[in-house]
Amino acid sequence: MSGDAQRGRELYLTGCQSCHGVDARGIHGTAPSLHDVGAASADFYLSTGRMPLDDPKSQPDRTEPAYDRKSLDDLIAYIGSLGGPAVPQVDVVGGRLNLSEGQRLFTENCAACHQIVGRGGVISGAFVPTLLEATPRQVVEAARIGPYVMPRFSEAQLNDRELAAIARYVQYAKHPENPGGWALFNVGPVPEGMVAWLIGLLALLFVIRLLGRNEAP
Amino acid sequence: VKRWLIAALVLLLGKLRRKRALPPGAALREPDRRAENATFVLLLCTMLAAAGFIALYIANPDTQFLGATIGLALVFLAAACLVAGKRVVPQIEGEKERPELEHVQEQEEVLAVIAQGGAGVSRKRFFLLAGGGAVGVLGAALLTPALSCGPEANRILSRSPWRRGILLVTESDEPIAAAGIVVGELVTAFPAAADKEDIASPVIVVRVRPDELDLPPERQGWAPDGLLAYSKICTHAGCAVSEYRYPLYDPTAPGPAVVCPCHYSTFSVTDGGNRIFGPAGRALPQLPLEVDGDGNLVAAGDFSGRPGPSWWGVRQ
Repeated sequence: MSGDAQRGRELYLTGCQSCHGVDARGIHGTAPSLHDVGAASADFYLSTGRMPLDDPKSQPDRTEPAYDRKSLDDLIAYIGSLGGPAVPQVDVVGGRLNLSEGQRLFTENCAACHQIVGRGGVISGAFVPTLLEATPRQVVEAARIGPYVMPRFSEAQLNDRELAAIARYVQYAKHPENPGGWALFNVGPVPEGMVAWLIGLLALLFVIRLLGRNEAP
Repeated sequence: VKRWLIAALVLLLGKLRRKRALPPGAALREPDRRAENATFVLLLCTMLAAAGFIALYIANPDTQFLGATIGLALVFLAAACLVAGKRVVPQIEGEKERPELEHVQEQEEVLAVIAQGGAGVSRKRFFLLAGGGAVGVLGAALLTPALSCGPEANRILSRSPWRRGILLVTESDEPIAAAGIVVGELVTAFPAAADKEDIASPVIVVRVRPDELDLPPERQGWAPDGLLAYSKICTHAGCAVSEYRYPLYDPTAPGPAVVCPCHYSTFSVTDGGNRIFGPAGRALPQLPLEVDGDGNLVAAGDFSGRPGPSWWGVRQ
């Protein structure tokens, strides 16, 4: 990735400075400083379409990126030139990563909020995004940055190899193996129970209707 | 199908009714020994199940078995009442117009009629004894849990492996370096050399910026460099409090809090674990922290409150 930081600076001044400030040091109460956040943050927020954000008070959500690839690279190069971690290199097709270890680590560290196959959910005060479209690099970046209210995961807690295993599991979980039956979007036992209740309740309603029609002899 | 269903239902009800009720004005029948025996057996089963509840409560209080025994006792009692009401006590339909009961003599007559109602029942004293016994043992079973109240209960519920100087370790028994925890991170820790399965063992350790801290005055010094520890067990239903939200930029996002994934009880981490949302009734107990000479985290005392859910029975 070799962006033109000079052109990135120009794009920044048209698209970002109204919230982050002309010098990218943030505007208090509106948006944080972008110094030392690094190219990793810029890549995560811009490539997932979370930035630019219409309303700085709302939770950033995944959309189509607002910039083409060339402009993204330029912007990332500019933010990267302000200091901070570089865009991580993540290789999940190397074959050395253990899928079951990835699943174990995902269960321990991510599934409480993101749900076991990464379909997302809610936490009080915010929604938890689905990981259906997350690329391995975005997964690793998010874990290190802790965007919005997501906690961070330091090197001491999850090393790069473990994080890559998690990223590989996230790719697998987009289309998990289905041993049979209707997967119901893989959102777990609650909707499955709901369906059982709905069918059972309908059957009961039918019986009640039959009985109710039987007038006293 | 509909007509068949209704026909079957009507037949069933009609058959039952014919069997039970005698035509109006029929003579009192002979005592139904079989129904009486069935009632005795059912009452005996009630006593046994209720006694089983008491025995289990003292020996091995497993909620599943306790529920099963007390439930069985109630079912047997209900069945005994049903059989007695339908089959033991004779049922005669009769009508008799009566004026207001003004005279003593008339009242006595009515009492005699009522006494006559028991004529179709034999072994009445035995009945009274069995019924009284069943209700008595069941009542005793319902009162048994009250024995658990008192100072002993408080001691069991407050039991905790945390003392001043106990080292915090990870799941793989490694000490936790205070400097290794960054702001915005959540680490699960356990007391060194203690049962990790104990409900008072697991704690969560987070680091917030020291200027964010808003602890009550008596807890000053419990959070060295913004490092805070809380019990990981939700005070509502005992789930593991495993969701953590920490704002990357706090003016535009909700504040730092841990959230229980079961019912979304939310506890603020900066002000001492106070509940800010959800069904939990108590704050999350806080564990005072210190950093030892090697830079590792150690406890500086026991929890600020009782760890574990707000109901008895689960200590593991």
